[in-house]
Amino acid sequence: MSTVTATTPPRASALAMSIRQNRGFYGALLLLAALYLVYNLIHPRGFSTNVFIANTNESVALAFVAMAQAMTVIVGGLDLSVGAVMTLTSCIASELVRGEPWQIALGCIVSVAAGAGFGLINGLVIVYGRLQPIIATLATGAVAIGLALLIRPQPGGEVDLDLNWAVTNSIKDLAETYHLFDDGEAAWLQPVAWVPVPLLILVVITAAVWIPFQRTVTGRTLYAIGSSEGAAYMSGLPINRAKLWAFTLAGLFAGCAGLYLAIQTGSGNADIPQAGAYTLNSIAAVVLGGISLLGGVGTVIGALVGALILRTISFYFRILSIDPLLQPLVEGVVLLAAVSLGAIRTLRVKNRLELFR
Amino acid sequence: MANDLTLPRLKSDDLPIVISAGFVLVILALGSIYTVATLGTMPLLSPNYLLTQLQTGAFLGIVAAGMMMVILLGHIDLSVPWTMTAAAMLATTVGGPAAIPTGLAVGLLVGLFNGFGVAYLRIPSMIFTLGVDSVMRGLMIAHTGGFAPQDSATPLMRYLAADKLLGVPVAIFVWAAVSIVIAAILSRTAFGKAIYATGNREAASYLSGIRTRWVIVGAFAISGLCAALAGVLLAGYSAKAYQGMGNAYLLPAIAAVVIGGTHILGGRGRFIGTVVGVILIVLLNSVLSIMQMPEAGRQIIYGLVIIVMLLVYGRTAKVTS
Amino acid sequence: MLDGQAARPFAELSGVSKFFSGARALEGVDFSCRQGSIHAILGENGAGKSTLIKIMAGVVQPDSGTLTVGGTPHRFSRPSEAAKAGIVCVFQELSLMPDLSVADNISISDPPRRFGLIDRRAQRNRAEALLARIHCEDVDPRALIRDLSLSRRQMVEIAKALGKNPRLLILDEATSALTSRDVETVYNVLAELKAEGTGMLFISHRMHEVEALCDTLSVFRNGRHIETFDKGARTQDEIVKLMIGRDIVHQFPPKPPAQPRAPHLTVADLKWENRLNGVSLAVGKGEIVGLGGLDGQGQKELLLALFGVLRGVEGKVTVGGETGIPASPAAAKGGRSRIALVPEDRKTEGLMLPMSIADNLLVASFDKVRQGPFIDPGRARQAVADAIAQLQIKLNQPDDPVASLSGGNQQKVVIAKWLLTQPQVMLLNDPTRGIDVGTKQELYRLMRELADRDTAILFYSTDYAELIGCCDRVAVMYDGRIVTEFSGAAITEEALVAAALNITRPAEAPAREAVPA
Repeated sequence: MSTVTATTPPRASALAMSIRQNRGFYGALLLLAALYLVYNLIHPRGFSTNVFIANTNESVALAFVAMAQAMTVIVGGLDLSVGAVMTLTSCIASELVRGEPWQIALGCIVSVAAGAGFGLINGLVIVYGRLQPIIATLATGAVAIGLALLIRPQPGGEVDLDLNWAVTNSIKDLAETYHLFDDGEAAWLQPVAWVPVPLLILVVITAAVWIPFQRTVTGRTLYAIGSSEGAAYMSGLPINRAKLWAFTLAGLFAGCAGLYLAIQTGSGNADIPQAGAYTLNSIAAVVLGGISLLGGVGTVIGALVGALILRTISFYFRILSIDPLLQPLVEGVVLLAAVSLGAIRTLRVKNRLELFR
Repeated sequence: MANDLTLPRLKSDDLPIVISAGFVLVILALGSIYTVATLGTMPLLSPNYLLTQLQTGAFLGIVAAGMMMVILLGHIDLSVPWTMTAAAMLATTVGGPAAIPTGLAVGLLVGLFNGFGVAYLRIPSMIFTLGVDSVMRGLMIAHTGGFAPQDSATPLMRYLAADKLLGVPVAIFVWAAVSIVIAAILSRTAFGKAIYATGNREAASYLSGIRTRWVIVGAFAISGLCAALAGVLLAGYSAKAYQGMGNAYLLPAIAAVVIGGTHILGGRGRFIGTVVGVILIVLLNSVLSIMQMPEAGRQIIYGLVIIVMLLVYGRTAKVTS
Repeated sequence: MLDGQAARPFAELSGVSKFFSGARALEGVDFSCRQGSIHAILGENGAGKSTLIKIMAGVVQPDSGTLTVGGTPHRFSRPSEAAKAGIVCVFQELSLMPDLSVADNISISDPPRRFGLIDRRAQRNRAEALLARIHCEDVDPRALIRDLSLSRRQMVEIAKALGKNPRLLILDEATSALTSRDVETVYNVLAELKAEGTGMLFISHRMHEVEALCDTLSVFRNGRHIETFDKGARTQDEIVKLMIGRDIVHQFPPKPPAQPRAPHLTVADLKWENRLNGVSLAVGKGEIVGLGGLDGQGQKELLLALFGVLRGVEGKVTVGGETGIPASPAAAKGGRSRIALVPEDRKTEGLMLPMSIADNLLVASFDKVRQGPFIDPGRARQAVADAIAQLQIKLNQPDDPVASLSGGNQQKVVIAKWLLTQPQVMLLNDPTRGIDVGTKQELYRLMRELADRDTAILFYSTDYAELIGCCDRVAVMYDGRIVTEFSGAAITEEALVAAALNITRPAEAPAREAVPA
């Protein structure tokens, strides 16, 4: 007879509980904090908002792509088209985001919607075509790149410059550009005036999309599918609907990445190697952020943290004047080290048959 | 082990091969109709043209052969691009008679390391080989300082990749040799049978006394070797190694294997299918370039072909409980 | 049947039959149960109890017959429909999602919502309340299922079922993994539910539970409903007799006369985790030794340990004079020990279903048909043909996928695969489960033939009749130990059932283990 295990002493605090259940995520958070702190300590000019703004600017696209990847990994799938969808939407945005304010707004909406629509198509092919996500998105990724090249055979585009300035700087600059809040001089705004707009965008979109979604029945079904698809089916959960949502939201996040990239660079570029690099980095970010590739474990916020870790590593190269060419080596070593830590568990398995499940 | 007394039947594993072979003919026919209409000739059907296409297909074919071993296990090898590049770069750096053995040794080492991570640490191959690819890329960039290496390929490398023997490109012979070896391994050796068995059900294979970990390591080693060979040949073909030379081979290799009927989750697929898949992709590319199809159209058609072919024969069972 | 007082049964089955690929699971069953009462279902493994409750809970659909619930006929196509009609089942195999929290799992199909979003606080409170009801205050609703012990998971499963406000609650071996304290708690909850008018179907192998708890008992045997009676109407002996039946349907080959045999496989004080607590056993050359007992008393772990699957096994194993626990199945099948294991689940552990019959037959012995590095097609073909002939496997062509065979013939392939390695020790894990009677008889004959050719056979079965019919000796396991051994004429069904259930029967060998309630 098994005895009552010490699963729960009276009641752990919510935080302690959360930490115990999400070691991967909190480990990543700690790593990020440490990396970024040290980065600022050894930075020749110390911490400055300008550096912070530049850092966040460089991180947004990868963060969104990683969040997109997280959606599909949580259901136990994988999306090899996220980088391509990002490229596609950045090309669309480079055509549309200019002109009158209403045209700019519409352009932004259309770009993101195009990403979501492409994600929905991925979902339809996978759910109703019953194809393996890996291989289906490998193919749809090629289609997305093709469409991107169709829209923009040559790099270029004239994205609205005001918008470029406004979303790649601090909140104060944003307000100043659009003459909001007394040109950003309003007293109440001052405490947050230095906050970079890219960071604000990440936080707002995560809070508006992921946090509510996570608390819907569909959102929970994502985890149920990733955890045990059979049990999810037995419990009568909406499996097909949840998978469609997962891929649609993946497309939406990839769309956000593309839109931001277009605004940030002021142009669109159907760059195939870049699309591939973003896809691969998104997988790495997801794993670093504590999301299990088997599904069911982790959150989109973890992927965000994973992406920021990858980016922070790259910042070091600049200030330490290490050859930036060594960056892939360091990224690779970090990734291998992180996943190998997780492998210690397999050495403790007593019944070797459990290794095969 | 066919039963000699009965007629050969179309088994479910053969269906994708027949369909993709049929599609190869459709591509050739459509391409020829196009060229007759526009140029008045049919260059596509000339032996010389086809041999040139097969020569460029040889590199992809060799990569895909190794990739297939890994996919049959239900794994994947994303380290192919920089394994190719690393093998090519080190081969050209070393030069001389040791060039090719050096390149192959690089591939073997990478493969063994991949196999160790996947089989012993049980890290998903998708992520482990991705990390290895990144490490290899970093090492190679450090090795070359980010520039194209100045060393050129040895004469043997050039001969194997770019020369002709009896009017046929030597690269095709190399591809054929690799194909025969891999096909023989898969269908005629205990190791090959163990790959299929492990890809189908690792638990059942383990309980049948198969050393499944060795099998996984072996398959990754072969994949590494094949990628290295392709890299060395590609360096011979272009006369030197260059950064990112393997990037264009990863996704087409996976696509070729899957179009040829190998199940992406492992356990099923015949080697001849991979050969047909490679030919399909190479011909599709070349017909599209004859039609002067812009890159955009090529990518779209390429993606749609994979989707449509998989919808015809690659559907998985419905999940119930 | 006694439905005198059941004026209006809540759920009623009439003429229900169910076949699984030709094998009878239930046939012509009439059965009913009432609200406000606890109804036990008794029967041996394979008597049809599980199928009965799966039909009532909407997991499987009957081939024929009707199910009436609350006066209206129903045909449930999924468990949620049955739940809507008030029938909720606590399944033996857990239906929880390991990566979700306790609270999430309890409210998985219909969580409390505010503004369309799941209200986590309400959900947590609901879980707290349900867990408090079964006195599981120690389970934190925020904990993940995968971090709970098996016993706690089982309690969560019960809480989840209670949350659906059942009118008929089905408990399928729901107490098997519980600690004795929890069992007590569950009894009390069941008594309360009964007082509130809930009906309960209770399936258990533990006689004292049934005695203590139930108002009505029904006995099933071989897919038929044998008899229903009130508690106390029958003695324990009579109940056991009803469960066994008087007709032994299987024909077993004659056993050789008992003879002293030199032990070929000796196990001394084998320990692993807390599942094997010091097993000592010997199997002689040419001897068939059965492993009996309730499910999950360490029989499977014993076989896996001997086959080199488990890590960290302590104790001493000697095979044919060589001492040492094999490190892997590859080591176990090779060398001088030559051990073979027919695993528990032939579909996931025994066979590669999409692969050909020929490849499946050869998978353990490709190195035996080799010529240099290559497989010799002639010898391979010959080996396959021999194996097919020896076991009389019914097939079209050896190149067909093994999935195309019937369950019985699939199991023959698993066994034939191992015969090709010429094993000295054969470990069989419930090899006749889900197999038709004809094939079962062939397997029994085959086992005896193998024994006659000096193979040592260790045979775990959940079917007592098999153990009696096939084995020279039977060792009954309880809680990771061998508690009793019977041999020769002492192997009777009454003795085995009693030893496994730990009922002390003065006329038989007494169980040597104290019974935790």
